[in-house]
Amino acid sequence: MTLDNIVLLIPLLPLLSFLLLGLAGKHISVRFSGVIGSVILGASLVLALITAYDYFFAIGKQGGEFIPYLTAQLNWLPFNSDLSINLGLVLDPISVMMLLVVTFVSTMVHVYSLGYMKGEERYTTYYAYLGLFTFTMLGLVLSTNIFQMYIFWELVGVSSYLLIGFYFSRPSAVAAAKKAFIVTRFADLGFLIGILMLGYGAHSYDFFTLIDRLSHPGSSYLVAMTGASFLGMSTLTWALILVFIGGAGKSAMFPFHIWLPDAMEGPTPISALIHAATMVVAGVYLVARLFPIFAVGAPDALTVVGYVGAFTALFAATIACTQTDIKKVLAYSTISQIGFMLFALGVAGWGPGKTEGFTAGMFHLFTHASFKALLFLGAGSIIHAVHSNEMKDMGGLRKSMPITHITFLLAALAISGIPPFAGFFSKEAIFSAAEQSNPIIYWVGLIAGTLTAFYIFRLYFMIFWHKTPDAHAHNHEKGEWAMMIPMMLLAVGAVFGGFIPFGDFISATGKPLELPIELSHIILPVGLGVLSIVAAAILYRKESDVPQRIVNALGGFYRAAYRKFYIDEIYLFITKKIVFKLMGRPSAWFDRNVVDGTVQKTGSLTIALSHAIKRVQSGKLQAYTMYFFGGVLLLVVLLLYKFA
Amino acid sequence: MSASTIIFYIVSALVLVFGAMSVFTRKIFRAAIYLLFSLIGIAGIYILMNMDFIAALQVLIYVGGIIVLIIFSIFLTHQAGDKLPKPLFKRIVAGASMAAFGLIVVLGVFYKTAFKVTTEAGIDHSARSIGRQMLDYHHHGYVYPFEIVSFLLLAALVGCIVIAVKIQKK
Amino acid sequence: MEQVPLAHLLILSSALFFLGIYGFFTRRNMITMLMSVELILNSVNINFIAFNKYLFPNQLEGIFFTLFIIAVAAAEVSLAIAIIINLFRKFNTVDVEEVDTMKF
Repeated sequence: MTLDNIVLLIPLLPLLSFLLLGLAGKHISVRFSGVIGSVILGASLVLALITAYDYFFAIGKQGGEFIPYLTAQLNWLPFNSDLSINLGLVLDPISVMMLLVVTFVSTMVHVYSLGYMKGEERYTTYYAYLGLFTFTMLGLVLSTNIFQMYIFWELVGVSSYLLIGFYFSRPSAVAAAKKAFIVTRFADLGFLIGILMLGYGAHSYDFFTLIDRLSHPGSSYLVAMTGASFLGMSTLTWALILVFIGGAGKSAMFPFHIWLPDAMEGPTPISALIHAATMVVAGVYLVARLFPIFAVGAPDALTVVGYVGAFTALFAATIACTQTDIKKVLAYSTISQIGFMLFALGVAGWGPGKTEGFTAGMFHLFTHASFKALLFLGAGSIIHAVHSNEMKDMGGLRKSMPITHITFLLAALAISGIPPFAGFFSKEAIFSAAEQSNPIIYWVGLIAGTLTAFYIFRLYFMIFWHKTPDAHAHNHEKGEWAMMIPMMLLAVGAVFGGFIPFGDFISATGKPLELPIELSHIILPVGLGVLSIVAAAILYRKESDVPQRIVNALGGFYRAAYRKFYIDEIYLFITKKIVFKLMGRPSAWFDRNVVDGTVQKTGSLTIALSHAIKRVQSGKLQAYTMYFFGGVLLLVVLLLYKFA
Repeated sequence: MSASTIIFYIVSALVLVFGAMSVFTRKIFRAAIYLLFSLIGIAGIYILMNMDFIAALQVLIYVGGIIVLIIFSIFLTHQAGDKLPKPLFKRIVAGASMAAFGLIVVLGVFYKTAFKVTTEAGIDHSARSIGRQMLDYHHHGYVYPFEIVSFLLLAALVGCIVIAVKIQKK
Repeated sequence: MEQVPLAHLLILSSALFFLGIYGFFTRRNMITMLMSVELILNSVNINFIAFNKYLFPNQLEGIFFTLFIIAVAAAEVSLAIAIIINLFRKFNTVDVEEVDTMKF
């Protein structure tokens, strides 16, 4: 099998799983459907590993730098001689990395779900949806064309919608699915407009043609797009900001973050796969894909990305400290971590010594996928045992769930940036990139990082310590190997993922980049992280009233953070009070009475008229001949006496 | 007034009277017979105008063919001695007024129009000359319409069978 | 025969024509309606013959038209009777007032 076929097979295998389980699911025994899905995904993972090895060590590197490898090219919609929309698959460092992340986490989630979803009513459907999601996500990362990516982008949204609303008998799940779909749809409108502006400016939708035309200073396309300005920013800046709005919607950046916490209504493995590790980083991936254009053509847009990312990182981390639902804490943690990735991209630039942020952001995406998926799977196994999402129903679980406890602790250390776990390396890279270019973002990020360590260990201590373990509690994990093995594998990633020499493989230019770790840089972040962990341990290790006193002292700020800074309420106010009342109602009235009224009146008038004249159509032959003869006579008389 | 003129008026009167009786009688079989007489009278008028061939055709086709066909269909669809239903009053009013109005208009036109009547003898109207010109395909010949009419008759023949045949259900 | 004015022939034919029209409008039985149609066609034939005889004695066109009308009338009657018989089978009547299913 050649590499081209292997690459083509990677997304097609999950599609096969979807079609098989979706169309023929009724004829497949429930016991086997999950195994079938998992085996197919496992095959996809193996192929992805082969591809990654081939790309990174055999074909990808030419003349010391990685270049894109294009395959399965298809001329799809030729508009004219120099503008067409093509389909194809691309291998380059970031897409290969995403391939690994998506297939790995997806396989883990497939296997984990064998245990977690056992006995569910729509078990086969669940696996079919998982296959669909994996196919669309792989299609998204392999797209060579921004339009192709947009198609998969929307398909990913659809499968996310299906999975959030998996328990569709619960009204809250239906509302959450709808919310996720509508919010991301709004953002995607910006994405679409941005795509069209880019295509209009550069006469191409192909990623590499776009990058080629828009990232070389002096290129005629770049000059044309940066020359024209609108409201003080160039056309290219606007286009890229609009594209970023689409990415911000998918990646739950402020102010589009509101859908992600609600999306936790879906099954927990889905939260791990879609709403933590893969789909939500699509926005980061999108910015990374277009990074040369951002960096060269529109540094202003990149700055916007950086500030939005940094603000969201801090904002979400603050909220995460106050939530009591463990999945909500993890959801806000996800939002915050994606903020880290985006501000890492935002502080990067073009040119020697400035691109470190790009590698750092991608690195964090990579490590985050493993430890955040692990946190979610751990949360899933806790929820599976406790049958509750609320922290207060847990506590003292370290004895009854040893494997979950250990893996959760490892993941928590990783996300807190404690050496030598994976998160430490990626976070240090981010901080060092930020410190060099933007002190505001650096300090905001540092505070957010400190809060991260605090809230994750608050969660950890609340779940596993806090109360005295029940001595007679039986082991909740017995026999759940399908759930434990994926967690252990992910824990390996969370512990050792940071030792990969990431800069050797992924950088903005394709040339290897050194990610230096200097002691002077790491003291402050790591010290703050350790301090937060100690603080969390003091506050939450044992039951005490200190946290409540702190809450009382903080007063209004705590309540605001607990209510997620009233963002949902603001949205509701805007939609219900302003959009619905001031725009919706009048236009509904207009639609009902004027538009519909015209149509319906036309119809009823026609009906009334036809009722009035239908007597003419009596079915009586002689009546018809009389009309005819009368007409003839009339004509004769007219012709004889009037016109003659 | 010559004898032939008197005969013409008598025959015309018979044609009209029998035609009217055919239209007004409420016994269907009698209507057919009155129609038969009326058509024979018209043949008589053709003879009076020296159109022997047409008169012969009139008797052959109308009297021998069409009336027989009509009588057959009456036998197929009617019980003997049935009285026809009375016409609807509104149809009588409308039909009579339209017919009367039309007659007045047409007669008015005849009255106003000055026809250029010639008294010259003209050509022979025998079957021989009619046949010669009808089947002539050089000048003023009617062979083309003749062929078309023969096709029409064939089509009508087939059509009648198709429409009226009773399809045996299996 | 030359003594009979053309106008009298025309009066005869038009009287017969409108007699047929009246019959066609008032008769409820389809076969009698068909008879009225025959009257109408015959009145037209008389007209053709009369015009040929009185106005264009050197031509035969009026006679040809009469011949064709007779031929077409024969075809028409046979088709009409086939249709009437078919209708009679379906509706068990030949009254046009009752055969009125093709309406609003």
